[in-house]
Amino acid sequence: MKHVLAVLVENKPGALTRVSGLFSRRGFNIENIAVGETLTPGISRMTITVEGSETLIEQVMKQLHKLINVIRVSNLSAEPSVMRELMLIKVRAEVGNRSDIQQIVETFRGKVVDVSPNSMVIEVTGNEEKMEAIKLLLEHFGILEIVRTGKVALLRGAKITREA
Amino acid sequence: MRKKKIKGANMILSALQKENVDVIFGFPGGAVLPLYDKLYDDPVKHLLVRHEQAAVHAADGYARVTGKPGVVFATSGPGATNLVTGIANAYMDSVPMVLFTGQVAKSFIGTDAFQEADITGITIPVTKHNYLVKDVAELPDILAEAFYIASTGRRGPVLIDVPKDVFDQEAYFDYNREVDIRGYKPTYEGHVGQVSRAVKAIRNAKKPVIFGGGGLIRAGASKALRELAETAKIPVILSLMGLGAYPGDSPLFLGMPGMHGSVTANYALTEADLIIATGVRFDDRVTGKLESFANNAKIIHIDIDPAEIGKNVAIDVPIVGDVRLVLEELVKKLKPGSTDAWLKQINNWQSQFPMPLGSGKNGQNLKPQFVIRELSRLGGENAIVATDVGQHQMWTAQHFIVREPQTFLTSGGLGTMGYGFPAAIGARLAAPDKRVICITGDGSFQMNIQELATAVHNQLDMIIAVINNSYLGMVRQWQDIFYEKRYSYTSMQGSPDFVRVAEAYGAKAFKATTNEEATAAIEEALKLKGPILIDFIVDPEENVYPMVAPNHSISDIIIGGVQI
Repeated sequence: MKHVLAVLVENKPGALTRVSGLFSRRGFNIENIAVGETLTPGISRMTITVEGSETLIEQVMKQLHKLINVIRVSNLSAEPSVMRELMLIKVRAEVGNRSDIQQIVETFRGKVVDVSPNSMVIEVTGNEEKMEAIKLLLEHFGILEIVRTGKVALLRGAKITREA
Repeated sequence: MRKKKIKGANMILSALQKENVDVIFGFPGGAVLPLYDKLYDDPVKHLLVRHEQAAVHAADGYARVTGKPGVVFATSGPGATNLVTGIANAYMDSVPMVLFTGQVAKSFIGTDAFQEADITGITIPVTKHNYLVKDVAELPDILAEAFYIASTGRRGPVLIDVPKDVFDQEAYFDYNREVDIRGYKPTYEGHVGQVSRAVKAIRNAKKPVIFGGGGLIRAGASKALRELAETAKIPVILSLMGLGAYPGDSPLFLGMPGMHGSVTANYALTEADLIIATGVRFDDRVTGKLESFANNAKIIHIDIDPAEIGKNVAIDVPIVGDVRLVLEELVKKLKPGSTDAWLKQINNWQSQFPMPLGSGKNGQNLKPQFVIRELSRLGGENAIVATDVGQHQMWTAQHFIVREPQTFLTSGGLGTMGYGFPAAIGARLAAPDKRVICITGDGSFQMNIQELATAVHNQLDMIIAVINNSYLGMVRQWQDIFYEKRYSYTSMQGSPDFVRVAEAYGAKAFKATTNEEATAAIEEALKLKGPILIDFIVDPEENVYPMVAPNHSISDIIIGGVQI
């Protein structure tokens, strides 16, 4: 099963290396990772997606927690949460098929963020299924390049992932 | 009113003073020159080794004996990379240590400058934490944090990498040992509910055993362990790292478990209905095949490190906390117990399966087991023993009676050949009133043999017992048993005459080839001062038994040896 972990870390030099290094040396696979600032200056939040059994995830969380720069580790998959990812897709777009592409983008509530004589860049946010679905539909026109941010997630409701 | 600003190098020496550091183990070099320059005027003792690896192992030995962090100085680049094995060794065995490395000046970092190595990057996986000091103003907090992190929670090495120019830069120095780190809050008190569950489980157990490890020693939990064992009449098994936490000559002591453990310890773990695991991490050398490990037992696991609980073995009663505090809680809540039937069964195993004194092969008459027993019999009182890694290490664990905690130094987790001799040097400085014996092999000794200079120059009283079988014996044993005696590169032909090497360095030395010579050499060495080497020429093809083949159940133990 896939687990999405929220990891709050002190924004110190090497903190990201410590976290990613831990995954490789303990043989845990990171599916994706997204890092950004939090409300508190000096604290970053990593959202890490990792595949594995309950026992493995427990071990991943405990090992993460041992890192001195790690303040909090929580498993967002264990509770109701919203998860989103942003993807930019550069697709081949000739004059004749632009409106077809436009239609697909609208269906997925995406946005066209750049147009050139023979390409378009589309921005889409959503969960993994949505990403895969739009990719599949656009493949028909020829996808030139893709970039994804990796998943970010928050718990639903008023509950928050606290720093202590 | 603010104090005067001081230099980074002076901050380090002031912090060492505030942390009551009485000896530094080190080796100077270009990038660390500003620190060594300040050291020239400082009263603190510095032991100059002959290779940086030995500095870490010596600091490690010192730390295991005193419980205080060992302190190491080394230079950048090769000086720093030479520390890595020693750091990994300390990390695996949870030894408190603070290491200082010089680094190239800040403006040179990242340019592949002369003697530049990214030592913080290199040591992330083998340190509890590390720092690269970019600004001298951060140094006071880093120093206090480093000592705090190294010596609290699960102990471990912390490295501070200091660029050459930072040693000379100035800032205010306020040293505050009251450290508060947001992401580091070890749990010391055991959870009340889990402690009650443990008490209940102990009361209900018919066949309980205590399985203790190095965590007992780091936590100073020996007294609490004795009270628990003796109140509830529970036999004690200690891992290699735990030896000394419970008296090795007590009737309740069953020895070490696992690959070269005692038959009784392995049978007891297999038959037990309750295992009270304290300060252990269920290493593969202990558990053997996991699927059949202790299938009849409920397991209570007490450890300071939550990540160890449930890592290898499923646990019924997990207790995160300081093992001393938790054991004291258990003792308070337990009534005297009776386990007579179980102890009787254990006594039967003990008399049926004593530790073999030889593997039954013919060959030379001096057996390594005899040598270890003589060292223990004649020199074991009030002694610290440091071992290297291999057969002699296992024979020492089996035959040397370790009575007190912090007196048995061995590389348990990493299995570092070359550890023993420098660790003995560290122990010598740590405990002036104790005898120090280094038990090493002809292979291991040559990995840090250069430290004879350190030992002789400083006239460090110790016995260096080389169990010389002219082989990398443990590897040869595996080739013997698992690789059809194809002794691929395990012969140590070409080794020097260790007696003459020791003498060349200025140490006294003896050779022993028979039982009589061995006893006489030990007796003689015990009377002498300074480092004394004894080269014991033992049966080259002697094997360590009992033995559990890798990935076999520990109950499948090959008894393998004979009584002589």
